[in-house]
Amino acid sequence: MSLVDLIAALMFVGVLAYSIFGGADFGSGIWDLLALDTEYAPALRRQIDRSIGPVWEANHVWLIYILVFLWTAFPTGFGAIMTTLYVPWLFVGLGIVLRGAGFAFRKFAATRASARMFGITFAASSLITPFFLGMIAGAVASGRVPAEGQGDLLASWTGPTSWVGGTLAVLTCAFLAATFLAADAQRAHDPELAAWIGRRALVCGLVTSVVAVGAIVPIEIDSETLAGKLQGRGAVLLVVSALAGVATLWLLHRSAWATARIGAAVAVAAIVVGWGVAQYPDLLADNLSLEDAAGARSTQIGLVITFVFAAVTAVPAMVWLFILVNRRDWATDEHA
Amino acid sequence: MLALEQLMAARWQMAISLGSHIILSCFGVALPAMIFVVHRRGIRRNDQVALDLAHKWAKAAAVLFAVGAVSGTILSFEMGLLWPGLMSRYGDVLGLPFALEGVAFFVEAIFMGIYLYGWGRLPPRTHLLTLIPMIVSGVFGTFCVLAVNAWMNAPSGFTLLPDGTITDVNPLAAIFNRALWQQFTHMFVACYAVTGFLTAAVYAKGMLLGRRDAHHRLGFTVPFTFAGIAALLQPVIGHIAGMRLASDQPSKLAVMELATTTESRAPLYLGGILIDGEQRFGIPIPWLGSLISRSSINRSVPGLDEFPIEDQPPATIVHLSFQTMIGCGSLMALIALWFAWRWRAARRGGPDPFSKRMLQATITAGALSVIALECGWITTEVGRQPWIVYGIMRVEDAVTSNGGIWITLAVMLVVYSAMGTAAALVLRSMAQRWRDSGTIDLPTPYDPGSDP
Repeated sequence: MSLVDLIAALMFVGVLAYSIFGGADFGSGIWDLLALDTEYAPALRRQIDRSIGPVWEANHVWLIYILVFLWTAFPTGFGAIMTTLYVPWLFVGLGIVLRGAGFAFRKFAATRASARMFGITFAASSLITPFFLGMIAGAVASGRVPAEGQGDLLASWTGPTSWVGGTLAVLTCAFLAATFLAADAQRAHDPELAAWIGRRALVCGLVTSVVAVGAIVPIEIDSETLAGKLQGRGAVLLVVSALAGVATLWLLHRSAWATARIGAAVAVAAIVVGWGVAQYPDLLADNLSLEDAAGARSTQIGLVITFVFAAVTAVPAMVWLFILVNRRDWATDEHA
Repeated sequence: MLALEQLMAARWQMAISLGSHIILSCFGVALPAMIFVVHRRGIRRNDQVALDLAHKWAKAAAVLFAVGAVSGTILSFEMGLLWPGLMSRYGDVLGLPFALEGVAFFVEAIFMGIYLYGWGRLPPRTHLLTLIPMIVSGVFGTFCVLAVNAWMNAPSGFTLLPDGTITDVNPLAAIFNRALWQQFTHMFVACYAVTGFLTAAVYAKGMLLGRRDAHHRLGFTVPFTFAGIAALLQPVIGHIAGMRLASDQPSKLAVMELATTTESRAPLYLGGILIDGEQRFGIPIPWLGSLISRSSINRSVPGLDEFPIEDQPPATIVHLSFQTMIGCGSLMALIALWFAWRWRAARRGGPDPFSKRMLQATITAGALSVIALECGWITTEVGRQPWIVYGIMRVEDAVTSNGGIWITLAVMLVVYSAMGTAAALVLRSMAQRWRDSGTIDLPTPYDPGSDP
C-alpha cells in the first residue's frame, strides 16, 4: 500500500463515518418531515431532539474532515470537483446552514408556530442535503468530473448515476435513522413510538433494497467502469450488504430494534465501501487517478500524523459520547 | 470587465461569510472559558446563582455554536467554490493546519455535546472538566486557522520554480510562517474581548432595566474581567503585530498609514482619504508614523510610490478601517480601566461600581469590540490586495470562472440575515422565558396548544 493509498483510505474513513452517523442525523430530519401532524409527531420530534441533539455537530465534522483531506491531499482533484459540481455544492451548503440553524433554533423556540417554522426548515433541508451529496457522489463515480475541472455545470451531476446516488443517499439515511430512532425510543421507555418508527424502518428498508437492486440497471448503462468493478472486486461487498439488509429486515420484523441498528449500519457501510472499492484507484472515476491528483508527499505524511492525532484525541472522546448517549439515564429528558 | 465584477462578487461573498462567522467563532473560542469560571465557582462555593449562569450560558452557547458550525462549513465550501485557483495550486501547502483545525473542531463539538447534555447526568467534577478540552480546542483551533491566514500574508514552506511548479513543500514551515504568532495572539485575544464585552453588555442592559441581582452582577463581572484584560493586552500585541509589516508586507503598511511616498520621520495621519494619489483631509502628527510603525523617527515608512499601481491595495478603506480599529481598541481599554478603578474604589467603601454610565459604557464596549474585530479583518484582508498569497498569487488568478456569484451572494445575504435575526430572537426569547418561568429547562412546544 502506497502512502497515497493510505491517505485515500483515511479520507474514506470519513466518507464512511459521515454516511452512517451523519446519514442517520439527516434521516431523522426526513422522518421529522414525514411525521407531519400525525398523532406520533410530537413524541417523535422529542425523540429526535434527544437522539441527535448531543451528536449532530460532532457527526457533521466528518464532512469538514473529508473536504480538508481532499484539498490537502488531492488539491487538483478538489479544484476539479468544486468547479464542476458547483451547483449541487451550493445546494448542499444551503441545506447544511438551514438544517443546523433550524434544528438548534427549534429546540429553544418559544411558540409552536416558530418551532414549526424552524422544524420545517430543519426537516426539509435534511432531505435536500443528502440528496445533493448523493448526486455529487454519482457524478464523481460516473466519470463526469474532468481532471482539469470546469466540467459541464448541469450535465455533470444530472446523469442516471447521480439520480441513483441521490435517491439511495436519501433512502439509506431514512433507513438508518428509523432503525436508530426505534432503538432510542425503546430505551426511552416509549415502546409505542418504537413500534411506530420501527414499522417505518421495515418499509423503508424494503424500498431501499428494491431501489438498490434496481440501481444496477442505470449504473450498468451509464457507468461502465463502476458497473464492471462493482461486479468484480466490489461483488463481495454487495453480497455483504444484501445479507446484512435481509438480516436487518428480519430483526426489524421481530422488533429487535437495538440489534437491527448494527445490521442497518453494516448494510449501508458495505454499499459505501463498495463504491470506494469500485472507484479505486481513481479519485475521479475514469479521469484522474489518486496518484496523479496527489499533492506534496511531506504534506501527506503530515496528514497521517494528523489522523493519528485525531485517533488519540477525538476518537476516544467520540466513543465516550456515544457510550453516554446510549446510557439509560441519558435516554430520557433532563430531570425527567 | 465581467471578470472584475466576478471577482468583486466573490470577494463580497467571502467577506460577508467570514465577517459573520468570525463573531460566532469568538464565542466558540472564549465562551467555554467563561462558563468554566462560573461553573467552577458554582461547584466550589455551592453557589446556585453561578451554576444557573453556567447552565444558561451553555444553552446559549448551543445556539451560537450550531450557527458557528454551519457558517464555518460554508467557509470551507467557499475555499473551493470561490477560490479554486488557490486551493488547486496551494491546497497541499496551506491545507495541513486546516486538517488540524478539523481535529480541534471535532474535539470541541464532541465535548460540547457531552457538556450540554451532561447537566444533571454527569458527576459535577467530571462535568466541569469536560469544558477543559473545549477551551484547549479553542486555543488550538484559532492557532490553526490563523496559521493559514498568516501564511497568505507571509507565504513560506515551498519553492516556486520559474516555470510555475511548486516543489519542496514543507508544511511545518508553512504553518510556522513569519506572521503566525503575531496574528494568532492578536486574534485570540480579540476573541476574549468580543465575547466578554458582548456578554457583559447583555447583563449591563439587564441592570439598566433594574435587574440588579447577584445573577446579573456575576454575569457582568466574569465576562467583563476576561474582556478587560484582553482589551488592555491588545494594544501591545497589535503594536507588535504591526511592526512586522515594514519588512514583510510594506504595501499593507503603506495603505494603513496612508503614506504616499516613502519617507523617514513620516507623519501619522489621523483620518484622511486618498484622492488621485494624494492624501487629503487627514490631520498630520509629525514623526509619529515612523515612531509607531518603525520604533524610530529616523526609519522610513514605505510609501505607495514604491509599488506599481496594479500592486497597490485600496488605500482609503484600509487606512480608515485600521484607524477605526485602533480608536475602538483604545476606548475599550479605557472602559476596562475605568471599571477596574471603580471596582477598586468600591472595595474600599466607595459607591457601587455598576453606575448607570459604567453600564452604558459596557454596552458601548460590546459594540466597539465587534467594530474593532471587523475593521481589523478588513485591514488585514483588504490590505493584502491585490494578492491572495502575498507577492505570489493574485486574487483574480484564484477566483472561480463560474458565473452567477451575484446570485449566490444575494441568496447568502438573505439566508444569513434571516439566520442572524432568528438567532437573536431565539436567544432573546430564551432569556425572557428564563425570567418568566424561573426554571432553566425550557419546553419545546411540539404539541397542539402547548404554547407557554
